[in-house]
Amino acid sequence: MDVIFGNLDLWGEAIGNTLLVFLGGGLIALVLGIIVGAMRVSPIPIARAFGTVYVNLVRNTPLTLVFFVFVFGYPALGLPKLSPLVLGILAIGIYTATYVAEVLRAGINTVPVGQAEAARAIGLPFGQVMTLVVLPQAFRSVVPPMMSVFIALLKNTTVAAGFSIAELAALRATVNDAPDRPGNPMEVLLWVAVVFVVLVLVMSAVQRQLENRWRIVR
Amino acid sequence: MTSVLYDVPGPRAIARNRILAVITVLVVLAAIGFVVYRMLVTGQFTEQKWYVFTFSNVWIGIGKALGNTLAAFALAAVLSLVLGFVLAIGRLSDHAWVRIPVTVITELFRAVPVLVFMMLLYYGLPVIGVKMEPYWAVVIALMVYNGSVLAEVLRAGVESLPRGQKEAGFAIGLRKSGVMRLILFPQAIRAMLPVIVAQLVVTMKDTALGFIITYPELLYYAKQLTSQQGRPILQSAIVIGGIYILMCLILSGIAKWVEIRTRHSPKVRGAVPEAGPDPRVHDGGTNTELIAMQRGAGKFDGTSTGG
Repeated sequence: MDVIFGNLDLWGEAIGNTLLVFLGGGLIALVLGIIVGAMRVSPIPIARAFGTVYVNLVRNTPLTLVFFVFVFGYPALGLPKLSPLVLGILAIGIYTATYVAEVLRAGINTVPVGQAEAARAIGLPFGQVMTLVVLPQAFRSVVPPMMSVFIALLKNTTVAAGFSIAELAALRATVNDAPDRPGNPMEVLLWVAVVFVVLVLVMSAVQRQLENRWRIVR
Repeated sequence: MTSVLYDVPGPRAIARNRILAVITVLVVLAAIGFVVYRMLVTGQFTEQKWYVFTFSNVWIGIGKALGNTLAAFALAAVLSLVLGFVLAIGRLSDHAWVRIPVTVITELFRAVPVLVFMMLLYYGLPVIGVKMEPYWAVVIALMVYNGSVLAEVLRAGVESLPRGQKEAGFAIGLRKSGVMRLILFPQAIRAMLPVIVAQLVVTMKDTALGFIITYPELLYYAKQLTSQQGRPILQSAIVIGGIYILMCLILSGIAKWVEIRTRHSPKVRGAVPEAGPDPRVHDGGTNTELIAMQRGAGKFDGTSTGG
């Protein structure tokens, strides 16, 4: 217990940063993911092509490499200085956006063909086909896998530890390097694991709730 | 590709689409152009920045690092498949005293980030007197995480089979092990093969986490290169990144190929209802969503790399 109460300030900072990376990355991922997802189902071939290239390229890149490019590579471009935290948020957001885009696209694809066809048959234009018929149905089947993406995002925030961002997984090094801090690596890491297990279990409980409430019976 | 979402465009729609297409191209080119411009300004394309890559020693080093990456991936992949089978059998067991602990273990292993598990093995274990090589930390962490994910995949595969398969197996006098080995698993594996290969791509990507616990794999080597003459940071990221993307694309390509092959195979079509014209099995849709949609499965990691 000493490892928690002796380092309460560090734990607060670490959990704060983890949540910051999670929320910031999640926001970027949602916005960018919606744009890319829309590109991937749009009637414009070139937009579809760009979306496909982006998704396939980034999804086949390890997150660690994305972090590497942003945190180490960005300063080499001589642009205004950004802290590793901001760069890390950008990296994880851009990485997760591809998963968000794919979930959205798969969600749109779960809507039976007949729904969109019927909507077109009664003369609705593209915008109304999407907003009135397809998206409301797609939304329901998107929510559970979207929660999975966010659970993965939460777990992926640990990668930031390797790139001088003081979040939970980096706590071990911080505690270890300070001689007067109580706790050994084992204790710190076990507690970190406990925090993640609790967070993930809470999120998946929410996911199960939503899934049951919004299940479409066809 | 034709979509049901919109009509064949008329003249006005064609004109509008053209304008939107031009805007898209301009925006994307502007973004790429800006990065290239900054790279030009900061001299990223100059000879000295790429100088390191003219040494054959560097390429031998890259080859060695690639070997390390592949060694970790290969062993982790095999072990996680084995563990996946064991855990899947445990979860499907009729005995509560086997099923419940195994379920708890798989759920736990999937909830802990891979990196934290790796760190536990590498930094944590020496505290209680067990010293572990980075290689084994990477392999064991990947094995445990991907093994439990694969167990879920296999379980979802078995549970998606019609009940009649199992009953018919018992009816012809097979025992539990025989039903599992001869009837349920072969069908489940065939149906879930694309998901299994996709999970192997995740394993491949996650070997890069070894970088953080100083396993000398590709990304670690890239980091070392950045301190060489000329500090080629972006350059080594481009070269190493290219290698990673190529390897993962090859594996993804195999996954895609397997998926197409299984979908056309009459053996699977007869057995698994999902493999038919179900809209969920849509071209290019992510495989992991498939399991996520089958009830109870894929809770934690729809499309994750565990991180």
